[in-house]
Amino acid sequence: MPKTPPPLADKLLRFFLADDRWEEVLGDLHEEYRWQVNRVGERRARWRYWRDVLGFMKPWAVKRNSSKYPTPTNTTMLRNYLKIAWRNLLREKGYSAINIVGLSAGMAVAMLIGLWIYDELSFNTYHQNYDRIAQVMENQTLEQGIQTYGALPLPLSQELRTKYASDFKAVAAITEFEQIIAYQDKKFTRFGNFAEADYPEILTLKMLNGNRQALRDPGSVLLAKSTAQALFGNSNPLHKLVKVGNRFTLQVAGVFDDLPHNTIFTSVAFIAPIKLLFESSEDMDNWRSSSFAIFTQLNPGSDFGQVSQKIKDVFRQHTQDKSQSSLFLYPMADWHLYSEFKNGVHAGGRIQFVWLFGCIGLFVLLLACINFMNLSTARSEKRAKEVGIRKAIGSMRSQLISQFFSESFLFVATAFVLSLVLVQLVLPTFNEVADKRLSILWTNPIFWAACFSFILLTGFLAGSYPAFYLSSFQPIKVLKGGAFRVVRFASMPRKVLVVMQFTVSVTLIIGTIVVFRQIQFAQNRPVGYSRNGLINITMNTPEIQGRYDALRNELLATGAVADMAESSSPITNIWSSANNLEWRGKDPNRAAAFGTIAITPEFSDVVAWKVKEGRSFSRQFTSDSLAFLFNEAAVKLTGLKKPVGETIRWHGKDWKLIGVVKDMVMTSPFEPVTPTVFMMNTNERSLNVIHIKLNPALSAHDALAKLEPVFKKFNPASPFEYKFADEEYAKKFAAEQRIGRLASFFAGLAILISCLGLFGLASFVAEQRTKEIGVRKVLGASVINLWGLLSKDFVTLVLISCLLSTPITWYLLTNWLAKYEYRTELSWWIFGVASLGALAITLLTVSFQSIKAALINPVKSLRSE
Amino acid sequence: MKRSYLGEFEEIVLLTVAVLELQKQAYGVAITHEIIEQTGRSVRLNQIHAALDRLEDKGMVKSEMGEPTAERGGRRKRLFTVTAYGRRTLQDIQEVRVSFWSRLLNPLNSIGQRDWGMG
Repeated sequence: MPKTPPPLADKLLRFFLADDRWEEVLGDLHEEYRWQVNRVGERRARWRYWRDVLGFMKPWAVKRNSSKYPTPTNTTMLRNYLKIAWRNLLREKGYSAINIVGLSAGMAVAMLIGLWIYDELSFNTYHQNYDRIAQVMENQTLEQGIQTYGALPLPLSQELRTKYASDFKAVAAITEFEQIIAYQDKKFTRFGNFAEADYPEILTLKMLNGNRQALRDPGSVLLAKSTAQALFGNSNPLHKLVKVGNRFTLQVAGVFDDLPHNTIFTSVAFIAPIKLLFESSEDMDNWRSSSFAIFTQLNPGSDFGQVSQKIKDVFRQHTQDKSQSSLFLYPMADWHLYSEFKNGVHAGGRIQFVWLFGCIGLFVLLLACINFMNLSTARSEKRAKEVGIRKAIGSMRSQLISQFFSESFLFVATAFVLSLVLVQLVLPTFNEVADKRLSILWTNPIFWAACFSFILLTGFLAGSYPAFYLSSFQPIKVLKGGAFRVVRFASMPRKVLVVMQFTVSVTLIIGTIVVFRQIQFAQNRPVGYSRNGLINITMNTPEIQGRYDALRNELLATGAVADMAESSSPITNIWSSANNLEWRGKDPNRAAAFGTIAITPEFSDVVAWKVKEGRSFSRQFTSDSLAFLFNEAAVKLTGLKKPVGETIRWHGKDWKLIGVVKDMVMTSPFEPVTPTVFMMNTNERSLNVIHIKLNPALSAHDALAKLEPVFKKFNPASPFEYKFADEEYAKKFAAEQRIGRLASFFAGLAILISCLGLFGLASFVAEQRTKEIGVRKVLGASVINLWGLLSKDFVTLVLISCLLSTPITWYLLTNWLAKYEYRTELSWWIFGVASLGALAITLLTVSFQSIKAALINPVKSLRSE
Repeated sequence: MKRSYLGEFEEIVLLTVAVLELQKQAYGVAITHEIIEQTGRSVRLNQIHAALDRLEDKGMVKSEMGEPTAERGGRRKRLFTVTAYGRRTLQDIQEVRVSFWSRLLNPLNSIGQRDWGMG
């Protein structure tokens, strides 16, 4: 007969009872069981046992004791460490605040930059076939070198699709337009694509309604969710008829989810079949018009390099021009970060900014860490006595090490929490400046892993000095009292750290100055035309095209318009180009690219360009329909000595060069002016844009109010939308200005963090030398003397870092500026100003402390001895 | 008098601990049996443990693990001792009662006599 209690009851008890109660309770239960077996017999004892066990199913018995350490002495010590850490934090509130705020500011900057970089690197990854999508690009060997273009003829798409079916899973040509989308009385101008049927499949659009194949029906259109909502509200958009560009009535065949902000196609609001743009299928088979982007998706077995080799000459076989066209695939993974080409090969792009900001983030973080370490080591020396006493009482060295580490981890963790709060607060502003939609990646394990490894690293670095150095003191030496000379010995690494910190700060200051000077320089560049009161209106409906004279007369009649003209490109861009111009003395085997712009004769008055030689177009001469105007850059490219009167051959016709105009900055203000040809002939290039010079006598607001009815009359179907030329021009600086703003923001923070560190350090040094200052004052030193004494060290350090940062910035900025054809000079005074600025900031920071120390009455500082 | 509140049952457990700690026998089972024997109540082990837990929280008893014994399957007992604070509390309670009893002495006697008389 077994006399053990039921094992199942024991298991149950083991399961729910708190670990620390288990032994005594089970012991008691077993003892009771034996007693009961003797008293009432085994059967009833078992019943009782069960009842007793269940009786322990109460909250007080189930609750786990919070301490995991079974021996109480250890928890006492740990509690003591925390208590001491907390007291140290409170005792020197100023230092603690500087320390924690500085570190958390650094962490916040690093976190922001990290998020920014993450966003940049994850660009376009929304598309599921991200790593197999590529755009077909063309390299042309021209007079200017190899140029890379993304615009290709439409039939190329069909050729690739049929002849290379084993390599391409899908090929789709697209073109992009801003179009008016109308449903009943609702009208919006939206950017969208006209595309071949496979396009939605390549992009793996998330369809909310309908399917991705819908474009095979030429009367259908796909809308983005936001557009569908704007048009139809909450009613079902499927099968509703919308009017696109006032020309095509299309049935909504599907709605796709809006593409996220970090994709290149983010602003695509509709996708319509590309066939709509052509009247017949013969029109579509035109190898001479390169105006389509061709996207491909590779089959899983193919790779970009091999397929690029295969398709290299496909276009060349269909074209007669001498540009030695060579096709290649441009993988989607490179679109965003490696968007620049030089001589047919990748020449970087945004990846440079990823590196730049990555480095800045790292440096700012480094600054904050250095500060943190500096201040914590400086303060820890005050605790030499504590170490002595702890050791005398019986602390092991390992215990002291763990004490100092736990302290620095406590600080770093606090700073981390604070930095999360900071980032959350700053993100909206940061997003605005950086044009991003970032948010903290709360659910991303990589983010947390990075944060925690950073906390560990910083905590370890900052804690290592006190942990390993201070804990090695011999208690007898520390406790014997008097001067314990730890300061001199420990100040060398600290000086190195200060120098590093200021080197980074000065570098950032100089960098920021140069970025802004570069922007300023390009902004001051003469543009060659007058932007005052110049607006342009894109003609994206058929109603307004071809009614030039009527429109012009009505506009002039309002009195709000000084003059009006039309052209094929807006003044701030060049939409078309040609590489098949022939002129006297041209190397017959080479080709050169020119911007080509059709204009009406009034254009010259509207934009007020300067005719350098010859004359501008005129309606007086019928021969002007076969005449060219060159800009200076085009003359330079052709090398013609006396350009006016020369004959240029283009598209099988002879064009007479009647004049040369001064260069106008139409494309990037950082690059040389594009060689450009102007013509009156609108058969070659159609007129797309209306330019209006507003009457300067009226305010822009009044003038526009007068214009609106005229456009409403001519073009009732479309909203009256216009762009100011000066605003469009200003947009060309947006990227540089964004960099400038971000750089100055980071530089400001770096300086702030460095100054916080310096401030803390200066006050620490001043405090340590209180007695010395007292003695010096008694012996007759003046306040100026003492101020010099205390500031001298720091000024020397900052001077060293200025000297160090000069060559570094020189090298970095020369490289950065080299990418701009049109750039500012690196003058020596920039370095001088930055150094002086750093010095001034240093003096201000340090003087506050040193003057305060120098003014103390020596009686006070010497009394306590 | 600012004493933390002591329930009637807790007071009995505390007293039992005070009695049994003299023989180093103040642990769960022994306390249970002692109370059953002395008061005739049907007390269960988990109630005693709960009461001891509360008393320990209030600082009236403290405990340490004793020696393992065979009848407990080689497990150790938790032996309780009354703290000075617990002892003071018990004394305070006792004093309060004594002072009330002394004031009640005569009326109680008369009631007792009347009862007796009526019986």
